[in-house]
Amino acid sequence: MDHGAPIIENVFGISWLSVNLSNVLMIAVTSIIVFVLCVLGARHLQMKPTGVQNVMEWILDFIKGIINDTMDWKTGKIFLPLALTLFTYILVGNLLGVITNGVFHGEIWWKSPTADASVTLTLSAMVIILTHFYGIKLRGGKEYVKDYFRPVPFLAPIKLIEEFANTLTLGLRLFGNLFAGEVLLALLVGLTASGVLGFIGGAIPFLAWQGFSVFIGGIQAFIFTMLAMVYMSHKVSEEH
Amino acid sequence: MHIFANYSMVYAALGGLHVIDMAVQLFFFIVLLLLVKKFAWGPVMNMMQKREEYVAGEIEAAENSRAEAEKASKEALEQLKQTKQEAQKIIEDAKNAGVRQEQDIIEAARSEAARIQEAAQADIQNEKEKALQALQDKVASLSVLIASKVIEKEISAQDQEKLINDYIKEVGEEL
Repeated sequence: MDHGAPIIENVFGISWLSVNLSNVLMIAVTSIIVFVLCVLGARHLQMKPTGVQNVMEWILDFIKGIINDTMDWKTGKIFLPLALTLFTYILVGNLLGVITNGVFHGEIWWKSPTADASVTLTLSAMVIILTHFYGIKLRGGKEYVKDYFRPVPFLAPIKLIEEFANTLTLGLRLFGNLFAGEVLLALLVGLTASGVLGFIGGAIPFLAWQGFSVFIGGIQAFIFTMLAMVYMSHKVSEEH
Repeated sequence: MHIFANYSMVYAALGGLHVIDMAVQLFFFIVLLLLVKKFAWGPVMNMMQKREEYVAGEIEAAENSRAEAEKASKEALEQLKQTKQEAQKIIEDAKNAGVRQEQDIIEAARSEAARIQEAAQADIQNEKEKALQALQDKVASLSVLIASKVIEKEISAQDQEKLINDYIKEVGEEL
Protein backbone atom coordinates (compact mmCIF):
# COMPACT_ATOMS: atom_id res chain seq x y z
CA MET A 1 0.00 0.00 0.00
CA ASP A 2 2.99 2.27 0.00
CA HIS A 3 2.35 4.35 -3.08
CA GLY A 4 5.10 6.45 -4.45
CA ALA A 5 4.85 8.97 -7.20
CA PRO A 6 6.37 8.50 -10.66
CA ILE A 7 8.97 11.18 -10.12
CA ILE A 8 12.03 11.42 -12.29
CA GLU A 9 14.84 13.44 -10.80
CA ASN A 10 17.69 15.12 -12.61
CA VAL A 11 16.13 15.25 -16.04
CA PHE A 12 18.82 15.65 -18.71
CA GLY A 13 21.32 15.53 -15.89
CA ILE A 14 20.25 18.93 -14.58
CA SER A 15 20.02 18.73 -10.81
CA TRP A 16 17.05 21.07 -10.23
CA LEU A 17 15.00 19.69 -13.10
CA SER A 18 12.48 17.08 -11.98
CA VAL A 19 9.15 15.86 -13.22
CA ASN A 20 6.20 14.04 -11.70
CA LEU A 21 4.89 12.09 -14.66
CA SER A 22 1.52 11.55 -13.00
CA ASN A 23 1.06 15.31 -12.88
CA VAL A 24 1.90 15.63 -16.55
CA LEU A 25 -0.58 12.89 -17.37
CA MET A 26 -3.35 14.35 -15.25
CA ILE A 27 -2.80 17.90 -16.51
CA ALA A 28 -3.16 16.64 -20.04
CA VAL A 29 -6.19 14.49 -19.19
CA THR A 30 -7.92 17.34 -17.36
CA SER A 31 -7.21 19.80 -20.16
CA ILE A 32 -8.51 17.41 -22.77
CA ILE A 33 -11.66 16.65 -20.77
CA VAL A 34 -12.36 20.34 -20.23
CA PHE A 35 -11.74 21.09 -23.88
CA VAL A 36 -13.92 18.25 -25.14
CA LEU A 37 -16.76 19.07 -22.73
CA CYS A 38 -16.68 22.74 -23.63
CA VAL A 39 -16.58 22.09 -27.36
CA LEU A 40 -19.37 19.52 -27.11
CA GLY A 41 -21.39 22.02 -25.10
CA ALA A 42 -20.83 24.75 -27.65
CA ARG A 43 -22.07 22.73 -30.63
CA HIS A 44 -25.42 23.48 -32.27
CA LEU A 45 -25.81 26.88 -30.67
CA GLN A 46 -29.28 28.25 -31.14
CA MET A 47 -31.19 31.40 -30.34
CA LYS A 48 -33.51 29.35 -28.18
CA PRO A 49 -31.10 27.44 -25.94
CA THR A 50 -31.75 23.78 -25.23
CA GLY A 51 -30.04 21.09 -23.20
CA VAL A 52 -26.29 21.47 -23.00
CA GLN A 53 -26.38 25.03 -24.22
CA ASN A 54 -28.36 25.98 -21.12
CA VAL A 55 -25.64 24.49 -18.93
CA MET A 56 -22.93 26.36 -20.82
CA GLU A 57 -24.82 29.62 -20.53
CA TRP A 58 -25.49 28.99 -16.88
CA ILE A 59 -21.77 28.50 -16.22
CA LEU A 60 -20.99 31.62 -18.25
CA ASP A 61 -23.54 33.66 -16.31
CA PHE A 62 -22.20 32.25 -13.05
CA ILE A 63 -18.65 33.37 -13.86
CA LYS A 64 -19.99 36.66 -15.13
CA GLY A 65 -21.64 37.08 -11.73
CA ILE A 66 -18.32 36.44 -9.98
CA ILE A 67 -16.59 39.08 -12.09
CA ASN A 68 -19.45 41.52 -11.62
CA ASP A 69 -19.21 41.06 -7.86
CA THR A 70 -15.58 42.13 -7.79
CA MET A 71 -15.24 44.80 -10.47
CA ASP A 72 -17.33 46.63 -12.97
CA TRP A 73 -18.13 44.78 -16.14
CA LYS A 74 -16.39 47.21 -18.47
CA THR A 75 -12.93 46.36 -17.16
CA GLY A 76 -13.92 42.88 -16.06
CA LYS A 77 -15.08 41.42 -19.33
CA ILE A 78 -11.57 40.78 -20.65
CA PHE A 79 -11.04 38.38 -17.73
CA LEU A 80 -14.10 36.30 -18.55
CA PRO A 81 -12.22 33.66 -20.58
CA LEU A 82 -9.51 33.43 -17.91
CA ALA A 83 -12.03 33.01 -15.09
CA LEU A 84 -14.05 30.51 -17.11
CA THR A 85 -11.00 28.40 -17.90
CA LEU A 86 -9.76 28.57 -14.30
CA PHE A 87 -13.15 27.51 -12.96
CA THR A 88 -13.78 24.66 -15.38
CA TYR A 89 -10.21 23.39 -15.25
CA ILE A 90 -10.03 23.35 -11.45
CA LEU A 91 -13.53 21.91 -11.11
CA VAL A 92 -12.83 19.05 -13.50
CA GLY A 93 -9.39 18.51 -11.95
CA ASN A 94 -10.87 18.37 -8.44
CA LEU A 95 -13.61 15.96 -9.42
CA LEU A 96 -11.26 13.63 -11.29
CA GLY A 97 -9.47 12.78 -8.06
CA VAL A 98 -12.68 12.29 -6.16
CA ILE A 99 -14.10 9.85 -8.66
CA THR A 100 -11.05 7.61 -8.96
CA ASN A 101 -7.51 7.28 -7.80
CA GLY A 102 -5.40 5.04 -9.96
CA VAL A 103 -2.36 3.15 -8.75
CA PHE A 104 -0.06 1.46 -11.24
CA HIS A 105 3.02 -0.56 -10.28
CA GLY A 106 2.90 0.87 -6.79
CA GLU A 107 3.00 4.41 -8.08
CA ILE A 108 0.01 6.70 -7.96
CA TRP A 109 -0.71 7.86 -11.50
CA TRP A 110 -4.34 8.86 -11.55
CA LYS A 111 -5.31 11.61 -9.11
CA SER A 112 -6.37 15.20 -9.06
CA PRO A 113 -3.83 17.43 -10.76
CA THR A 114 -4.90 20.08 -8.28
CA ALA A 115 -3.79 17.86 -5.36
CA ASP A 116 -0.23 18.79 -6.19
CA ALA A 117 1.51 21.91 -4.94
CA SER A 118 3.46 22.38 -8.19
CA VAL A 119 0.27 22.63 -10.19
CA THR A 120 -1.73 24.85 -7.84
CA LEU A 121 1.19 27.18 -7.17
CA THR A 122 1.73 27.48 -10.92
CA LEU A 123 -1.87 28.50 -11.34
CA SER A 124 -1.80 30.96 -8.45
CA ALA A 125 1.51 32.46 -9.54
CA MET A 126 0.15 32.83 -13.05
CA VAL A 127 -2.93 34.62 -11.70
CA ILE A 128 -0.88 36.96 -9.51
CA ILE A 129 1.53 37.76 -12.33
CA LEU A 130 -1.42 38.47 -14.59
CA THR A 131 -2.87 40.87 -11.99
CA HIS A 132 0.41 42.81 -12.05
CA PHE A 133 0.47 42.74 -15.83
CA TYR A 134 -3.09 44.02 -16.21
CA GLY A 135 -2.63 46.48 -13.35
CA ILE A 136 0.18 48.13 -15.30
CA LYS A 137 -1.53 47.75 -18.65
CA LEU A 138 -4.91 49.18 -17.67
CA ARG A 139 -3.89 51.88 -15.22
CA GLY A 140 -0.32 52.76 -16.18
CA GLY A 141 2.95 52.16 -14.34
CA LYS A 142 2.68 55.29 -12.23
CA GLU A 143 -0.67 54.40 -10.74
CA TYR A 144 0.52 50.83 -10.25
CA VAL A 145 3.55 51.89 -8.21
CA LYS A 146 1.55 54.51 -6.33
CA ASP A 147 -0.87 51.84 -5.24
CA TYR A 148 1.82 50.33 -3.00
CA PHE A 149 1.90 53.54 -0.98
CA ARG A 150 -1.84 53.79 -0.44
CA PRO A 151 -3.54 54.53 1.82
CA VAL A 152 -0.42 55.27 3.93
CA PRO A 153 3.20 54.92 2.75
CA PHE A 154 4.54 52.90 5.66
CA LEU A 155 2.31 49.97 4.66
CA ALA A 156 4.36 49.49 1.49
CA PRO A 157 6.53 46.61 2.84
CA ILE A 158 3.41 44.80 4.04
CA LYS A 159 1.81 45.31 0.65
CA LEU A 160 4.87 43.87 -1.00
CA ILE A 161 4.76 40.84 1.25
CA GLU A 162 1.03 40.54 0.59
CA GLU A 163 1.69 39.82 -3.06
CA PHE A 164 3.78 36.77 -2.19
CA ALA A 165 1.41 35.76 0.57
CA ASN A 166 -1.48 35.92 -1.88
CA THR A 167 0.35 33.66 -4.29
CA LEU A 168 1.09 31.13 -1.60
CA THR A 169 -2.33 31.15 0.04
CA LEU A 170 -4.20 31.01 -3.25
CA GLY A 171 -2.22 28.00 -4.43
CA LEU A 172 -1.80 26.18 -1.14
CA ARG A 173 -5.47 26.53 -0.15
CA LEU A 174 -6.51 24.59 -3.22
CA PHE A 175 -3.69 22.11 -2.88
CA GLY A 176 -4.33 21.57 0.84
CA ASN A 177 -8.03 20.97 0.45
CA LEU A 178 -7.66 18.56 -2.42
CA PHE A 179 -4.64 16.78 -1.05
CA ALA A 180 -6.24 16.29 2.35
CA GLY A 181 -9.37 14.99 0.67
CA GLU A 182 -7.39 12.48 -1.35
CA VAL A 183 -5.32 11.37 1.65
CA LEU A 184 -8.46 10.73 3.64
CA LEU A 185 -10.02 8.91 0.71
CA ALA A 186 -6.89 6.77 0.37
CA LEU A 187 -6.94 5.96 4.08
CA LEU A 188 -10.61 5.04 3.94
CA VAL A 189 -10.01 2.88 0.88
CA GLY A 190 -7.27 1.10 2.82
CA LEU A 191 -9.56 0.63 5.79
CA THR A 192 -12.49 -0.58 3.69
CA ALA A 193 -10.33 -3.06 1.81
CA SER A 194 -8.61 -4.39 4.95
CA GLY A 195 -11.30 -6.88 6.00
CA VAL A 196 -14.92 -7.46 6.91
CA LEU A 197 -14.78 -5.31 10.01
CA GLY A 198 -12.89 -2.64 8.14
CA PHE A 199 -15.47 -2.67 5.37
CA ILE A 200 -18.33 -2.31 7.85
CA GLY A 201 -16.57 0.55 9.60
CA GLY A 202 -15.18 2.23 6.51
CA ALA A 203 -17.83 1.99 3.80
CA ILE A 204 -20.21 4.61 5.13
CA PRO A 205 -17.57 7.22 6.05
CA PHE A 206 -16.02 6.58 2.66
CA LEU A 207 -19.26 7.35 0.87
CA ALA A 208 -19.88 10.40 3.04
CA TRP A 209 -16.37 11.72 2.50
CA GLN A 210 -16.58 11.16 -1.23
CA GLY A 211 -19.81 13.18 -1.34
CA PHE A 212 -18.19 15.85 0.76
CA SER A 213 -15.16 15.88 -1.55
CA VAL A 214 -17.37 16.60 -4.51
CA PHE A 215 -18.75 19.52 -2.56
CA ILE A 216 -15.26 20.69 -1.60
CA GLY A 217 -14.12 20.36 -5.21
CA GLY A 218 -16.90 22.69 -6.36
CA ILE A 219 -16.38 25.13 -3.53
CA GLN A 220 -12.62 25.30 -4.01
CA ALA A 221 -12.99 25.89 -7.75
CA PHE A 222 -15.39 28.72 -6.95
CA ILE A 223 -13.11 30.17 -4.25
CA PHE A 224 -10.04 30.04 -6.47
CA THR A 225 -11.83 31.83 -9.31
CA MET A 226 -13.42 34.32 -6.95
CA LEU A 227 -10.12 35.19 -5.24
CA ALA A 228 -8.31 35.42 -8.57
CA MET A 229 -10.87 37.99 -9.66
CA VAL A 230 -10.67 39.81 -6.32
CA TYR A 231 -6.89 40.14 -6.61
CA MET A 232 -7.34 41.21 -10.20
CA SER A 233 -9.83 43.90 -9.21
CA HIS A 234 -7.43 45.20 -6.54
CA LYS A 235 -4.93 45.88 -9.29
CA VAL A 236 -7.16 47.12 -12.09
CA SER A 237 -9.87 49.06 -10.25
CA GLU A 238 -9.44 52.72 -9.47
CA GLU A 239 -10.63 52.64 -5.87
CA HIS A 240 -10.57 49.85 -3.33
CA MET B 1 -0.60 -0.93 9.68
CA HIS B 2 -2.19 0.24 6.49
CA ILE B 3 -2.73 3.62 7.94
CA PHE B 4 0.92 4.05 8.85
CA ALA B 5 1.88 2.84 5.43
CA ASN B 6 -0.35 5.44 3.88
CA TYR B 7 1.34 8.21 5.79
CA SER B 8 4.55 7.44 4.00
CA MET B 9 2.66 7.79 0.75
CA VAL B 10 1.59 11.22 1.88
CA TYR B 11 5.17 12.35 2.30
CA ALA B 12 6.16 10.86 -0.99
CA ALA B 13 3.32 12.54 -2.81
CA LEU B 14 3.98 15.93 -1.22
CA GLY B 15 7.44 15.81 -2.69
CA GLY B 16 8.86 19.08 -3.84
CA LEU B 17 8.07 21.52 -6.62
CA HIS B 18 8.76 19.96 -9.97
CA VAL B 19 9.86 22.52 -12.50
CA ILE B 20 8.78 20.55 -15.53
CA ASP B 21 5.33 19.98 -13.99
CA MET B 22 4.98 23.68 -13.55
CA ALA B 23 6.05 24.39 -17.10
CA VAL B 24 3.68 21.73 -18.42
CA GLN B 25 0.83 23.09 -16.30
CA LEU B 26 1.43 26.63 -17.53
CA PHE B 27 1.69 25.52 -21.14
CA PHE B 28 -1.42 23.35 -20.98
CA PHE B 29 -3.41 26.02 -19.20
CA ILE B 30 -2.56 28.71 -21.75
CA VAL B 31 -3.28 26.40 -24.67
CA LEU B 32 -6.53 25.29 -23.04
CA LEU B 33 -7.53 28.90 -22.42
CA LEU B 34 -6.93 29.87 -26.02
CA LEU B 35 -8.67 26.80 -27.39
CA VAL B 36 -11.81 26.97 -25.27
CA LYS B 37 -12.00 30.69 -25.86
CA LYS B 38 -11.90 30.16 -29.60
CA PHE B 39 -14.00 27.02 -29.90
CA ALA B 40 -16.38 27.03 -26.93
CA TRP B 41 -16.89 30.18 -24.94
CA GLY B 42 -16.43 32.57 -27.82
CA PRO B 43 -19.36 31.16 -29.81
CA VAL B 44 -21.49 30.84 -26.67
CA MET B 45 -20.78 34.45 -25.75
CA ASN B 46 -21.53 35.56 -29.30
CA MET B 47 -24.81 33.70 -29.24
CA MET B 48 -25.77 35.25 -25.91
CA GLN B 49 -24.83 38.67 -27.20
CA LYS B 50 -26.88 38.06 -30.33
CA ARG B 51 -29.85 36.93 -28.27
CA GLU B 52 -29.57 39.99 -26.05
CA GLU B 53 -29.56 42.23 -29.08
CA TYR B 54 -32.43 40.30 -30.60
CA VAL B 55 -34.51 40.61 -27.43
CA ALA B 56 -33.72 44.30 -27.15
CA GLY B 57 -34.68 44.76 -30.78
CA GLU B 58 -37.90 42.85 -30.30
CA ILE B 59 -38.82 44.92 -27.27
CA GLU B 60 -38.14 48.08 -29.20
CA ALA B 61 -40.20 46.85 -32.14
CA ALA B 62 -43.05 45.89 -29.83
CA GLU B 63 -42.95 49.30 -28.21
CA ASN B 64 -42.93 50.98 -31.58
CA SER B 65 -45.84 48.95 -32.86
CA ARG B 66 -47.76 49.62 -29.68
CA ALA B 67 -47.20 53.35 -30.06
CA GLU B 68 -48.26 53.08 -33.68
CA ALA B 69 -51.41 51.19 -32.74
CA GLU B 70 -52.20 53.79 -30.12
CA LYS B 71 -51.76 56.53 -32.67
CA ALA B 72 -53.90 54.69 -35.18
CA SER B 73 -56.67 54.12 -32.68
CA LYS B 74 -56.57 57.75 -31.68
CA GLU B 75 -56.79 58.73 -35.31
CA ALA B 76 -59.67 56.36 -35.86
CA LEU B 77 -61.47 57.80 -32.86
CA GLU B 78 -60.87 61.28 -34.17
CA GLN B 79 -62.19 60.27 -37.55
CA LEU B 80 -65.21 58.61 -36.04
CA LYS B 81 -65.96 61.73 -34.08
CA GLN B 82 -65.60 63.85 -37.18
CA THR B 83 -67.79 61.50 -39.15
CA LYS B 84 -70.43 61.60 -36.46
CA GLN B 85 -70.34 65.35 -36.51
CA GLU B 86 -70.67 65.36 -40.26
CA ALA B 87 -73.59 62.98 -40.11
CA GLN B 88 -75.25 65.17 -37.52
CA LYS B 89 -74.73 68.14 -39.74
CA ILE B 90 -76.18 66.36 -42.75
CA ILE B 91 -79.24 65.34 -40.79
CA GLU B 92 -79.60 68.86 -39.52
CA ASP B 93 -79.30 70.22 -43.02
CA ALA B 94 -81.83 67.73 -44.31
CA LYS B 95 -84.23 68.68 -41.56
CA ASN B 96 -83.84 72.34 -42.31
CA ALA B 97 -84.28 71.71 -45.99
CA GLY B 98 -87.38 69.69 -45.25
CA VAL B 99 -88.87 72.41 -43.13
CA ARG B 100 -88.07 74.99 -45.73
CA GLN B 101 -89.52 72.85 -48.47
CA GLU B 102 -92.61 72.24 -46.38
CA GLN B 103 -93.03 75.93 -45.89
CA ASP B 104 -92.47 76.52 -49.55
CA ILE B 105 -95.05 73.95 -50.46
CA ILE B 106 -97.55 75.37 -47.99
CA GLU B 107 -96.83 78.84 -49.23
CA ALA B 108 -97.25 77.75 -52.79
CA ALA B 109 -100.45 75.91 -51.97
CA ARG B 110 -101.75 78.87 -50.11
CA SER B 111 -100.98 81.28 -52.89
CA GLU B 112 -102.43 78.83 -55.40
CA ALA B 113 -105.57 78.60 -53.33
CA ALA B 114 -105.75 82.33 -53.06
CA ARG B 115 -105.30 82.65 -56.78
CA ILE B 116 -107.95 80.07 -57.47
CA GLN B 117 -110.27 81.77 -55.06
CA GLU B 118 -109.63 85.08 -56.65
CA ALA B 119 -110.22 83.63 -60.08
CA ALA B 120 -113.39 82.04 -58.86
CA GLN B 121 -114.55 85.29 -57.37
CA ALA B 122 -113.74 87.11 -60.56
CA ASP B 123 -115.67 84.48 -62.47
CA ILE B 124 -118.58 84.83 -60.13
CA GLN B 125 -118.51 88.56 -60.48
CA ASN B 126 -118.31 88.17 -64.18
CA GLU B 127 -121.19 85.76 -64.29
CA LYS B 128 -123.15 87.97 -62.00
CA GLU B 129 -122.56 90.93 -64.24
CA LYS B 130 -123.38 88.86 -67.25
CA ALA B 131 -126.52 87.65 -65.64
CA LEU B 132 -127.43 91.16 -64.63
CA GLN B 133 -126.79 92.30 -68.14
CA ALA B 134 -128.89 89.50 -69.46
CA LEU B 135 -131.55 90.31 -66.97
CA GLN B 136 -131.47 93.94 -67.89
CA ASP B 137 -131.85 92.96 -71.50
CA LYS B 138 -134.62 90.66 -70.53
CA VAL B 139 -136.18 93.35 -68.35
CA ALA B 140 -136.15 95.66 -71.33
CA SER B 141 -138.05 93.20 -73.39
CA LEU B 142 -140.23 92.35 -70.42
CA SER B 143 -140.91 95.97 -69.77
CA VAL B 144 -141.95 96.27 -73.35
CA LEU B 145 -144.22 93.36 -72.73
CA ILE B 146 -145.49 94.86 -69.52
CA ALA B 147 -145.84 98.16 -71.19
CA SER B 148 -147.83 96.65 -73.93
CA LYS B 149 -150.01 95.09 -71.29
CA VAL B 150 -150.21 98.21 -69.21
CA ILE B 151 -151.00 100.30 -72.23
CA GLU B 152 -154.48 99.02 -72.03
CA LYS B 153 -154.53 100.58 -68.64
CA GLU B 154 -153.38 104.08 -68.11
CA ILE B 155 -149.86 104.22 -66.97
CA SER B 156 -147.54 107.01 -66.55
CA ALA B 157 -143.90 107.04 -67.53
CA GLN B 158 -143.03 107.51 -63.92
CA ASP B 159 -144.94 104.47 -62.90
CA GLN B 160 -143.27 102.50 -65.59
CA GLU B 161 -139.79 103.59 -64.51
CA LYS B 162 -140.55 102.74 -60.95
CA LEU B 163 -141.90 99.44 -61.94
CA ILE B 164 -138.72 98.55 -63.84
CA ASN B 165 -136.44 99.60 -61.08
CA ASP B 166 -138.36 97.70 -58.54
CA TYR B 167 -138.20 94.71 -60.71
CA ILE B 168 -134.50 94.97 -61.25
CA LYS B 169 -133.90 95.45 -57.58
CA GLU B 170 -135.90 92.41 -56.88
CA VAL B 171 -133.93 90.39 -59.38
CA GLY B 172 -130.60 91.73 -58.07
CA GLU B 173 -131.47 90.67 -54.54
CA GLU B 174 -132.37 87.27 -55.73
CA LEU B 175 -129.04 86.78 -57.47
